[in-house]
This record gives sequence, C-alpha cells and structure tokens, in this order.
Amino acid sequence: MCLALPARVAVLHDDCTATVELGGVRQRVSIALLEGLQVDDFVVVHVGYALSRLDPAEAQRTLALLASEARP
Amino acid sequence: MKYVDEYRDGALARQLAAQLGKEARPDREYHLMEFCGGHTHALCRYGLMQLLPPSVNMVHGPGCPVCVLPIGRLDQAIALARKPEVILCTFGDMMRVPGKDRVSLMRARAQGAHVKMVFGSGDALKVAEENPTKEVIFFAIGFETTTPTTAVAVKLAAERGLKNMSFFVNHVLTPSAIDAILGSAEARSGQVRVDGLVGPGHVTAITGLGAYERFAREAKMPVVVSGFEPLDLLQAVLMLVRQLNEGRHEVENQYSRAMERGGNAIAQALVNEVFEPRASFEWRGLGTLADSALQLREKYAAFDAEKKFADVVYAPVADHPSCACGDILKGLKRPTDCRIFGTACTPENPMGSCMVSPEGSCAAYWLYGRHQTSGEQKRSA
Repeated sequence: MCLALPARVAVLHDDCTATVELGGVRQRVSIALLEGLQVDDFVVVHVGYALSRLDPAEAQRTLALLASEARP
Repeated sequence: MKYVDEYRDGALARQLAAQLGKEARPDREYHLMEFCGGHTHALCRYGLMQLLPPSVNMVHGPGCPVCVLPIGRLDQAIALARKPEVILCTFGDMMRVPGKDRVSLMRARAQGAHVKMVFGSGDALKVAEENPTKEVIFFAIGFETTTPTTAVAVKLAAERGLKNMSFFVNHVLTPSAIDAILGSAEARSGQVRVDGLVGPGHVTAITGLGAYERFAREAKMPVVVSGFEPLDLLQAVLMLVRQLNEGRHEVENQYSRAMERGGNAIAQALVNEVFEPRASFEWRGLGTLADSALQLREKYAAFDAEKKFADVVYAPVADHPSCACGDILKGLKRPTDCRIFGTACTPENPMGSCMVSPEGSCAAYWLYGRHQTSGEQKRSA
C-alpha cells in the first residue's frame, strides 16, 4: 500500500492532474497534494496521486555518500 | 529508470555490506525493526538479509495495512458489498484476504456481490459518477501515505455533491503501532527485541520526521527513515549500527531525496480537515488500540459509510487458530515459524493476511526466500 515509485511529469493538465511517465509507461495521476509542479519534475506516485517531489540535489548527495561509504 | 536504477547497484551493495561487516561489532547483537512491509519485501527480494553480518538481525514490523486490518473490518466490507444497491470499490490487495469462514471479497463477488477493484480513490469517484443509481463505497485502507489520497476524494465528493458516494474508513496511524510494539508484554519480557527502527519512507514523506522524535527521546530508540531500494536499506542499517555503536538515539533521514523534513504540509492540512482520531480501533495482532486510527469528521458524516449503513456493525472475529499472522505482525515470529507457512497457507490459497498482501512478510518469504538457506534463516532455525 505504501508502495510508490518515482515518475517523471510529462504533461500538466488543468484539472489538477498530470500525465507521468515511468520507464515508458504513462499514467494520469492527481497532483492535488503538491504545489508548483513543472514538466520534467520527478514525483513519488502512490495509488494514483503524486505524494512528494524528488530533489535532484539531495539524490546526488545520497549517491555521493553511498559511494564514499563503499570505498574499500 | 532514474532514481531507481542507481540505487540498485550490486557492486556498491556488496561494498556497503562489507563496510557494515567492519562496523557491526561481533560481541553484540543489533535487532532492527523495519516497520514497513515494503521494506520487508525489498530485504527479501534483493537478498539483503544474506548480505548482513551475523550480528545484525532484521525484525519485520506491522507496516502492512492489509495485514493489520482485522477480520471483523473485512467482514463489514463484505456485508456492505452484499447490499444489492452497493458497488464496493477496493484496492486489489484486499480481494483475496480471507474473512470469517474464509469468505473473501473475491468469493463474495463470485456469489453476486458487486465488488470492483480500483487503482485508488480517484477511480472510485468515477464509478460513483457513472452509476448514479447505485451506492458506491470506497473501502479506504492504509497508513499515513494513503490517507491524504482518500481525503482528496472525500473533498471532491463533497464539492461535486455526489450523494451516492461514501467511504468505509480504515486509515491507521504508524506511531500507534510502534507504541504498541515497543510497549507490548513481549517487548518488556524480551521475547521481541528492537534496538533500532528503520522508519517508513513514504509515510514520513507525508508526516515529516517529527512523528518519531518522541521514540528517539523517550524510548531512546535510534530511528533512520529509509528509501525502498536496496542501497537505501543497506545505508539505513549502517546508520543505525553507527548510532548504536556510538550510543546515540536520534531520528536520521536516509531518504532525503523524496521528502522535506516537515513532510507534505498540503497533505497534512487536508487530512486534518477531513479526518479526526477514532477513539479505538482493533488491529490484527496488536489488539485494540486507543487513538490509533482515523474517522471522518462530523462535517463529512454524509460520506461516512459506517453512518450511512449503520446496520452493518463491527463484530470481532478471531484469526484461524493455525495462522500466526498476529505473532508475525508483532515481531514475535517469523513467517517460517508458522506451521502452515507454505503448506496449508500459500498466496494462491491464503489462510492469513500476511500471505496475501504484496507487503506481507509471509508473501515476501514465499516469493523470494523459501528456497534459500540463508544465514538469517539458519540462525532462527
């Protein structure tokens, strides 16, 4: 139920929904829970709703930290 | 896929596990509970428990809304679905969970009840609009991640004046379940040991990190909120091991890419506007807990299926005596400790909810772990 996946915002519609894309699969989801979304933002999608926005800088920071932890 | 593939790098995972092996002390044990069933599945799916050092033991938590819903609530949904005027909309996860006398929503549908699988609450609204002569009920289940999506639908139903739409609300609260586990008789007697918590990333993306502060402060419990990919979980475990080695108990965030510290303020405001705490709610395994679930506020009473169909009342039903779901949800048993695991109880023919749900521990062990003789399984044997 809390299963959620990161998807790219492909099209913003004017009824508080967006078409998102995940690995080539497109789906229309509600964006009522987020403000100020733009095309090409990545969002976490759960049961047809975008729940949160992914932060590219934070994602990069986590990856850098992972790489430094794993350095032998 | 961006934000997915880079967190599944096998070489990096092995290096992280090696680092964990260096830092986890062999002279002590680390019992870490991953609250969320999504984490349990990731641990099993990627074989992460086999990568962990022998001193690190994962205890599977109750964070699976399908699993913790007691039979009595499912029976209420089935009774609602059997009303001739009703279309019950449900997440697919609930369809095969056995209720009283092993009747599931699937079987009720075969017997003529109108049950419709939907992807989410938005689809239920569409069903209501397309079927104005029917009473459409959305079987709303889920933790804090899912609750705001129901809240959006309740508000839309009110705005659109959908008189034939109502919600059977079963939304539950993560902190209450953590309280129940940490305060249980089994935890006090040492039968269930939890030294640190892997916090649920998507719940926390809504609630914010503050939801766990009191566990860190009062129960001196280290908490690391984690993402759902294998590298996320290994890093979260490493962060917990470090906290324990250093004698710290703080709330840390491994999943910073997908959340703000305070959570989703829009979602929080919506949930607060639409829902209020329910005086008490029964959980499978954890018992009846005060203030552990939500109900619709009076303002939205017209959309409350429990008020609209007040003849359908809750009646508690005991689990099948052979089913160990209750003990598994408490962290007291592992799926493989259940004597009907994989024999009388399989995903095709489930006896208990933990075998049905894509977040249930039994389903995870069945799908990914039953042919493995991991160090982790050997230890528990």
